[in-house]
Amino acid sequence: MNVMTDKNWPLFEVFIRSRGGMSHRHVGSLHAVDAEMALQNARDVYTRRGEGLSIWVVASAAITASDPGDKDMLFEPTASKIYRHPTFYKVPDDVGHM
Amino acid sequence: MYTQGLNTIDAHAASPADAEREARFQARIDADEKIEPNDWMPAGYRRTLIRQISQHAHSEIVGMLPEGNWITRAPSLRRKAALLAKVQDEGGHGLYLYAAAETLDVTREELVEQLLAGKAKYSSIFNYPTLTWADIGAIGWLVDGAAIMNQIPLCRCSYGPYARAMIRICKEESFHQRQGYEIMLTLSRGTAEQKALAQSALDRWWRPSLMMFGPSDKESQHSDTSMRWKIKRFTNDDLRQKFVDATVPQGHALGLVFPDPQLKLNEASGHWEFGAIDWEEFRQVVAGNGPCTKDRLRARRQAHADGAWVREAALAHAAKRRARSDAAQLAAE
Repeated sequence: MNVMTDKNWPLFEVFIRSRGGMSHRHVGSLHAVDAEMALQNARDVYTRRGEGLSIWVVASAAITASDPGDKDMLFEPTASKIYRHPTFYKVPDDVGHM
Repeated sequence: MYTQGLNTIDAHAASPADAEREARFQARIDADEKIEPNDWMPAGYRRTLIRQISQHAHSEIVGMLPEGNWITRAPSLRRKAALLAKVQDEGGHGLYLYAAAETLDVTREELVEQLLAGKAKYSSIFNYPTLTWADIGAIGWLVDGAAIMNQIPLCRCSYGPYARAMIRICKEESFHQRQGYEIMLTLSRGTAEQKALAQSALDRWWRPSLMMFGPSDKESQHSDTSMRWKIKRFTNDDLRQKFVDATVPQGHALGLVFPDPQLKLNEASGHWEFGAIDWEEFRQVVAGNGPCTKDRLRARRQAHADGAWVREAALAHAAKRRARSDAAQLAAE
């Protein structure tokens, strides 16, 4: 096995805008020597059937993610704040839609 | 199916601390929650998934070979374009799956190395030869048909990245099966010689296609744990029966005869009953003694070796560009 060519290539995450007006959405990942190659490969691997109009590639190492172990601490408090939702407030029926 | 090498049981003893986490993990699975890469998971779950997903990926990559064999000899430009697109899809499917396996802390290079060293398993079906153009029809119709039967439930697999890869793959596979069936249809309605080609392809691919689903439930050691973890949703025998029930009428519509004198419809159950499968042949192929096993590995190794200069050039080019842009930045400062 050739050590020079078989060392791990950096990983990139691929995001695709499927249609105008939509945001870019994560579709998968791939390896490439640099961002330019990642973009070319993403086009071949992830858009063979008109899946997109625009591609972003981001080096996976550049992503900072929340820890799944912190899920409750981070997100549970929002569940108790029901006054953040419009249905919390009462409006008389005869006022109509608001 | 594409993961027939899962024939040994992991010996793993959980520590008491793990037992509690494992119970919580199982509760999430039972509640149909998806497990994501950074979530805690039992070592056995991780190992099973790495093996299953990588075997599946290897199958896609090796699966390009029997069909690639006919690209230059496709009978028309239409057939050639379709076959090229199909083989390119298989390559793409292999890449989605390798990426899913890599989320479990294994590198692409390790997986490829296992395949090239002959240590990894891939589906037995790809060790059979494609002797005539009709075999390309039979592969699309039967092999991809069997694969779809197996893969649709995998879209609901408990491991998120695998399930998401399978959704993409299933969307793309239905074209594969239809293009194969169309080849069989054209040959079946052609000259006597063409129809004989289609019949011969069915004769050769039918039993190996049934073997793709893996050993009978009575002998498969992995089903219980995989079912509990919702990596697997149906047993091998259930999926095989579903495939037979769906495929036999399609074959009859072609006017072809299945190479199984015991094949008959059970009016009461509505299922097609079929003759015994030669499991010794299956074991031999899985053990590495298939008709084309050596050719397949040789072809993969050669492709990897032939591509070495491309990988080297890509790295050198990237390094040069990086150096140039660094120098330009330095000059600007």
